[in-house]
Amino acid sequence: MSARVPPGTFAAAALIARKDLAIEFRTRSAFLAAIVFSLLAIVIFFFAWDSTAVSAVDLAPGVLWVIFTFSGLLGLHRSFGVEEADRAIDALLASPVEREAVFLGKALANFLFVLGVQALAIPAVALFYNLPLGRVLGPLVGIAVLAAIGLVSIGTLFSAMAANTRLAELLLPVLALPFFVPIILPAAQSTARLLSGRPIAEAMSWLRILIAFDIVFLVACALAFPFTLED
Amino acid sequence: MSRAITPIEHRPPTPHAAEAAVARPAIEVEALTRAFGRRVAIRGLTFAVNDGECLALFGPNGAGKTTLLRILAGLLRPSSGAAHIAGVKLPGGAKARSVVGLISHQSMLYSALTARENVEFTARLYGLESPRHAAMRALERMRLEDRAESPVRSLSRGMQQRVSIARAIVHDPRVVLLDEPYTGLDETGAAALSAALESLRGSGAALVLVTHHLGEGLALATHTAIMRDGQFVTHEPRGTVELDTYRDVYREAIAR
Repeated sequence: MSARVPPGTFAAAALIARKDLAIEFRTRSAFLAAIVFSLLAIVIFFFAWDSTAVSAVDLAPGVLWVIFTFSGLLGLHRSFGVEEADRAIDALLASPVEREAVFLGKALANFLFVLGVQALAIPAVALFYNLPLGRVLGPLVGIAVLAAIGLVSIGTLFSAMAANTRLAELLLPVLALPFFVPIILPAAQSTARLLSGRPIAEAMSWLRILIAFDIVFLVACALAFPFTLED
Repeated sequence: MSRAITPIEHRPPTPHAAEAAVARPAIEVEALTRAFGRRVAIRGLTFAVNDGECLALFGPNGAGKTTLLRILAGLLRPSSGAAHIAGVKLPGGAKARSVVGLISHQSMLYSALTARENVEFTARLYGLESPRHAAMRALERMRLEDRAESPVRSLSRGMQQRVSIARAIVHDPRVVLLDEPYTGLDETGAAALSAALESLRGSGAALVLVTHHLGEGLALATHTAIMRDGQFVTHEPRGTVELDTYRDVYREAIAR
């Protein structure tokens, strides 16, 4: 019999994240759907935009965060959908990994998914709205990463809660969107200040709020997650 | 064409059988109760299953069989009473779960991954030293080595079930829990599954088999139980009872 040392929380989380990304890489269904949605949304916003009434730097933050929010939901819904299909979740939960590791692994995979969508959506928005990304790209990526942490924490928790219900596709946005507000609001405000050429110091108060909610949601969701798996 | 399942390498009398001589039964259940709101699914069950034994659990739908298995697998908490796996009280965290293998009528596999990737993922979760080697060995036991790199979605139902068994036994579990494993299998698949389970029991594992198929359950059982309304109506050694006789016992038990 092989020697066995079950992986620790972070090692197990990495295993689960790698498995989820391998599945997404094979099927590409959620990622392609998110990218198609993002591009369609950018085009629709662009053609609905009256550039004489609203400047590009005023409109772009809203466009960006609407896209990130709803495209992220596509990936978050799939997160536990793949576990429910043939009840693979039962084998995962019956294995000697902690529930917190399952949450962290799922959240990590979702985080990378959202970052992937953002990596394509930010240049696309910059292209359509002719945004000068060069000098603000670094801070903008920082804001996107911080917001992604909060979004996937909430989304992973509610994806687990919703996946086992008949109305999962409806329930996830209904549950998650209100909790996204404290993340999206400071992220959009920081992005607006950044794109309008204001110094980063002006966005610091919003960034502090964003970081605080990241910490609160990450910890609270990790602690609440095991209870969502109880029948 | 069907192929016989390669017997799982026997490991008596060690480690399980030797442990059993001095240790507690593989499964011990005492006054176990589980309720979902007002509905009581399990009512004060008490029983034990030793290493190398197989308890075949029969009963109508809604009798509480699946709930019992989910408690033993660590997926549900008891409302009261106690259940022990290998001496560890449930829910006992990683230690208890590391000795359990769970097989269901649902494959519990990821259809986009290959058979090898599914089993290897499980081997890594259980912390096996050489996960890829262990996965291939488990697939070879199920005569699936030539389909190891096939995506699970491309395999037949019977093959998927064999992959599922490979996944469940890759870590040489001391306790194997089976919930309607014959559902959806054709005759060949069912025979292959029976052979695999017999081999598992022979290697010293304790089995709890929930099934509606009296014949298949009796063929493997060392003990039988009939469950109704969350309780054992009968619980006895398998003995030499014939299928037809037991069918009458079953009908009478669930009609009471």
